[in-house]
Amino acid sequence: MTTTPLQDSHLDGLEAESITIIREVVAQCANPAMLFSSGKDSIVMFHLARKAFHFGARPIRLPFPLLHIDTGHNYDEVIQFRDALVRKTGVQLIVGHVEDSIKRGTVRLRKATDSRNAAQAVTLLESIAEHEFDALMGGARRDEEKARAKERIFSFRDEFGQWDPKAQRPELWHLYNARITRGENMRVFPISNWTELDIWQYIAREKLELPSIYYSHSREVVRKNNLLVPVTPVTPKGPSDNSEVLSVRFRTVGDISCTCPVESRAATPTEIIAETVLSELTERGATRMDDQTSEASMERRKKEGYF
Amino acid sequence: MDQGVVRFITAGSVDDGKSTLIGRLLYDTKSILVDQMESLSKTRHARAVSTEAGIDLALLTDGLEAEREQGITIDVAYRYFSTPQRKFIVADAPGHEQYTRNLVTGASQSDVAVVLVDATRVDLSTQPATLLAQTKRHAAIIRLLGLRHVVFVINKMDLLDFNEQTFNAIGESITDLTQKLGLPKPQLIPISALLGINVVEKSAATPWYRGQTLLQWLENLDLGVDNKSAEFRFPVQFVARQDGSDANGFRGYMGRIDAGHVRVGQKITVLPSGRHSTVTEIYLANGSGALDTNNAVPSAATDQTVTLCLSDELDVSRGDLFTQTDGLTPPALTQLLSADLCWLDSEPLSLTRKYALRHTTNTVSAKVKRIEQVLDVHTLLHGTDVQVLNANDIGRVELVLQKPIAADLFDEARRTGCFILIDEATHHTVAAGMIRNT
Repeated sequence: MTTTPLQDSHLDGLEAESITIIREVVAQCANPAMLFSSGKDSIVMFHLARKAFHFGARPIRLPFPLLHIDTGHNYDEVIQFRDALVRKTGVQLIVGHVEDSIKRGTVRLRKATDSRNAAQAVTLLESIAEHEFDALMGGARRDEEKARAKERIFSFRDEFGQWDPKAQRPELWHLYNARITRGENMRVFPISNWTELDIWQYIAREKLELPSIYYSHSREVVRKNNLLVPVTPVTPKGPSDNSEVLSVRFRTVGDISCTCPVESRAATPTEIIAETVLSELTERGATRMDDQTSEASMERRKKEGYF
Repeated sequence: MDQGVVRFITAGSVDDGKSTLIGRLLYDTKSILVDQMESLSKTRHARAVSTEAGIDLALLTDGLEAEREQGITIDVAYRYFSTPQRKFIVADAPGHEQYTRNLVTGASQSDVAVVLVDATRVDLSTQPATLLAQTKRHAAIIRLLGLRHVVFVINKMDLLDFNEQTFNAIGESITDLTQKLGLPKPQLIPISALLGINVVEKSAATPWYRGQTLLQWLENLDLGVDNKSAEFRFPVQFVARQDGSDANGFRGYMGRIDAGHVRVGQKITVLPSGRHSTVTEIYLANGSGALDTNNAVPSAATDQTVTLCLSDELDVSRGDLFTQTDGLTPPALTQLLSADLCWLDSEPLSLTRKYALRHTTNTVSAKVKRIEQVLDVHTLLHGTDVQVLNANDIGRVELVLQKPIAADLFDEARRTGCFILIDEATHHTVAAGMIRNT
């Protein structure tokens, strides 16, 4: 990657496209919601949504709620951040708990500390059914992973929440087709065309607040398979593990059991941009344990209804 | 138009090396990261061709499992890379004949077309040299979709010893083709995507070629001011209302400015009703710092997302179009359209059914009254005896609409001159349309 800061005009272009998409969801769909994880991508998407409905001095009221699919395995800082954001902006927040799906028996894990990342798909589909959402906006980006590189912006899901990559609707110009039959669902990705670098530049430009674990801090970790696995109640230190305390930051915020930090001293968006530009690892490769299982694991999970 | 980002499509026949070319652009601009490289060396692939570094560059863009099995690209993949000059969004569209709809999709999202020609598959025994039918089809689609910047890269020149005469012969055929189609004079670049020759770095292998490399051409391309100087076009996307609870009642019209500009005090006409009003407030949704400050602005221009308020309480809803009242080239209000249709669905066009026609933010019922002609991509002639449009066919049709729409000609105003057809039963997007006559 190159080291030149991209121009404001480029961010303006991406921003306008995303705002148009968010407004289009509101115009075409009867009961949409926006997925919100407190991760940097959903924070950017939420900010774009507020810009889309900003009219001068009037209070900003979003015509849809946020939906958080909570695995129950969170860093405290992330949940605190989410709740503070809700208080500050007055947005409506709906939380779907994986824990509830486990209690209902719709999610079964082999052992209590198993990753709950894949189980999110079940809870997500249950939340869609409960609230009768016809469209969900998500903060996925096409540069994250190869299967996502082919996802449409308005992506159709059948009544089982399944994505069929071979039967995607063609997407022409800015003429998005959000028509569905009852029981079917639209997934919409307003920031499809943003890269990780774009996201960080935008966070710096718009002075967006993020959960503190995105910036460097000291943390006890164990080195495993080229990953830094944090020592937590969910991912405890094994008898043969040697832990060390390193200066790290998280590049993504997900379920504790499968999200790893990277070594870093970057404490500001500008320092992170400098690191991102030089990074030798893509975002998911450095930090996600579950994506490494097989080359096609993301595509399989998407077909199963994962976001 | 945003000069900071270039959206381009790569088109070419299957096995012309599109995926390899994009892989090469990503690799040579250092956009490929270590873990992607490692996963490539783990992947098994039927048509794997290795580079000097032992990596199959095509695997970077062939994302889906089915493709890894079949060894062909079956859907549009979007890729991102940047250089110190510019940011690029690449639509990698497939060359396989049954997937032409994806090429149309990719082209509709792009400003620039990069057409690959496999030099080894051009028939040089004829005069002029004969290009593959797919190359002609793709060039025709690019013309229909109104891409104004086209570069032809003549690939696999390494297999022809970088022969200048061969390059020139192919170039003549391409020039013929573009003239026939009415495309601008094409840019021609001899390359080897596999060896990285003239893609990013200039090569000594082609001393006779004095032009730019592909990346240099893309970096220096002037996209032009496009439709900023054009007349104002603003389709109403959504009507925002805040009323009832406070005295600060509000009714604003949201949308993206498709062409021209608007200022407070400007007289506008609402189509199709033809009523007039004046713009009283403009709220700019995008642009730095818009959430901290009052985002009311005195004017706004093409590509900006705004909310407009009017001086009169008019009956305005989604799908209406605002234009400037003093415009010299207003859109036509019409219930009859002549248009080129690119048929995308596996079920052929029906002349008896009605479809939903989406034009800007407006949706009306439409029927195709008749098929005037169908393009034969082998001869590039228009057959007038065909009365069917199948998937991947391109035809000139006459449509009749249930209600009038405010239509521009596609070649004059791309965003207000295009439409899609949606099947009312399956909800599939079945056709891409370009308005040719109103």
